[in-house]
Amino acid sequence: MAEIRETSLPGVGVRVEFTTEAGEQIGAIVHRGGRRELLVYDGDDPDRCTTLLTMTEDEARTLGEILGVPPVSKIKAAIQHDIEGLAIDWLPVAEGSPFAGRTIGEGMLRSRTGVSIVAVVRGADTVPAPGADFEFAAGDVAVAVGTPEGIEQVRAMFTA
Amino acid sequence: MTPVLAAVGDEIARAFVEIGLLAVGLAVLARLAARLGISAVPFYLLAGLGLGEGGIADIGVAEDFVALGAEIGVLLLLLTLGLEYTASELRDGLRTGAAPGAVDAALNFTPGFVAGVLLGWELPAAVLLGGVTWVSSSGVISKVLTDLNRLGYRETPSILNLLVIEDLAMAAYLPVVAAVVAGDDAAATLATVAIALAVVAAVLWATMTWGEHMSMRLDRVNDEALLLAVFGLTLLVGGLAQQLQISAAIGAFLVGLGLSGPVQHRAGALIAPLRDLFAAIFFLFFAFQVDPETLPAVMVPALLLLVVTAAGKLGSGWVAAGRIGATPAGRVRAGAALVARGEFSIVIASLGVALDDGGELGTLAAAYVLLSAVVGPILAKNADRLHLSGRREAAAAARER
Repeated sequence: MAEIRETSLPGVGVRVEFTTEAGEQIGAIVHRGGRRELLVYDGDDPDRCTTLLTMTEDEARTLGEILGVPPVSKIKAAIQHDIEGLAIDWLPVAEGSPFAGRTIGEGMLRSRTGVSIVAVVRGADTVPAPGADFEFAAGDVAVAVGTPEGIEQVRAMFTA
Repeated sequence: MTPVLAAVGDEIARAFVEIGLLAVGLAVLARLAARLGISAVPFYLLAGLGLGEGGIADIGVAEDFVALGAEIGVLLLLLTLGLEYTASELRDGLRTGAAPGAVDAALNFTPGFVAGVLLGWELPAAVLLGGVTWVSSSGVISKVLTDLNRLGYRETPSILNLLVIEDLAMAAYLPVVAAVVAGDDAAATLATVAIALAVVAAVLWATMTWGEHMSMRLDRVNDEALLLAVFGLTLLVGGLAQQLQISAAIGAFLVGLGLSGPVQHRAGALIAPLRDLFAAIFFLFFAFQVDPETLPAVMVPALLLLVVTAAGKLGSGWVAAGRIGATPAGRVRAGAALVARGEFSIVIASLGVALDDGGELGTLAAAYVLLSAVVGPILAKNADRLHLSGRREAAAAARER
């Protein structure tokens, strides 16, 4: 998979982008309300882009499905569908978070929030079912399962 | 019916008609502004100038309502400003944006402040004019960037980050000016400033530490209760802050900052219509107090200020966008986008109404905002042309050498 770069747009949402094999820059803006914009960057002026499409969250998902859904979102949808009240989310460990450099056991995540870490994505690797001695590093993305409230608590801990 | 009640009923009827006419007039202006693709603020100001004629004689019985509504408008404007950014965006902004923020303040606060001193105003009025020229209008700018489809441009995060920094700077600036405006002697002013800054710092710290937790509790209530809770909290904290002489506006701003997570976006969406209503009343009321006959006299200083501070914002944008590796074209676009001033310049100017030079400050601020809110979006739209002509001139200069 191509490397995805993420930039925060304060007050708007998040911009994500990647470079295709042919060297084209493709991007998307995920607005806070859920609206998506699909962007293609200009070859002449790399700062400029053209908005190809504006989509709702649902439409973006449909487009993804047409192009071949990434398996993770399929799993997420399936799990949420099966067990009501259960949330699963991908939580990045920010630089400067107290969790960077600590193990899952030390963080006592499960006893504090009831949330389980079922996998950790580090760069191109995925560590499935990490043990209590697994040490987080800044930039890791933890796949967390628990109640929506618990997930939000863990998200806050990972960002702070 | 007793005569007294009849008289009161008659008065209420007159007030309804007056407020109704005002609101319908503002609706027409808001529609016109949307058609032309510019902010409604300059239109509201023009309407207020036209109707007010140096006083608020024309609105008679509705005056009390309009005056109170205008105050609420300021609180709601500041509340939504605080609601705009998440705690992590504020943290990131502080971490990465301090340097461009300092350049921005130096280039844009200074001209206003110096102009105030040159005009022979008292110090607080000059400090307020510095604020008027300093703060870009996040409302106008985010609308312009959206309309021009520029949200995905490389330089855009640097523009938005600068707006975040300006907002955070307001959290320190507002209580300081409120104290400077109210303060009698230097010691008392200093004490008020110290208390105000300590309170603001404590609230900011608490917000960043526990904000998400508190907000999660509020998020469980329904829309109706949330609207009332947020509105009530804003007025309550605003009122308490005013009693501590920190200014009600900063209290409202802190409430906005304190809400985060999902409840932040829900509250923002719920409060937006109320904000639009009361903010329109505020801009109208502000312009009521400006005597239109004094406006031509300040047009030249306002224009000069605009030229200097437009250059200042071009400098701010150049620095901010350069730090994230934008091309020269992108850096010019960032600067041009930042030129527009709007709602918060008027809010700042309104803090000085009680000053001796407050009248002149209000008139100058109104003229300045009228000009920059119109010129800013035009500059933003034509930034690439601006960049090209700058390059041509540089090339011509190089040839001559």
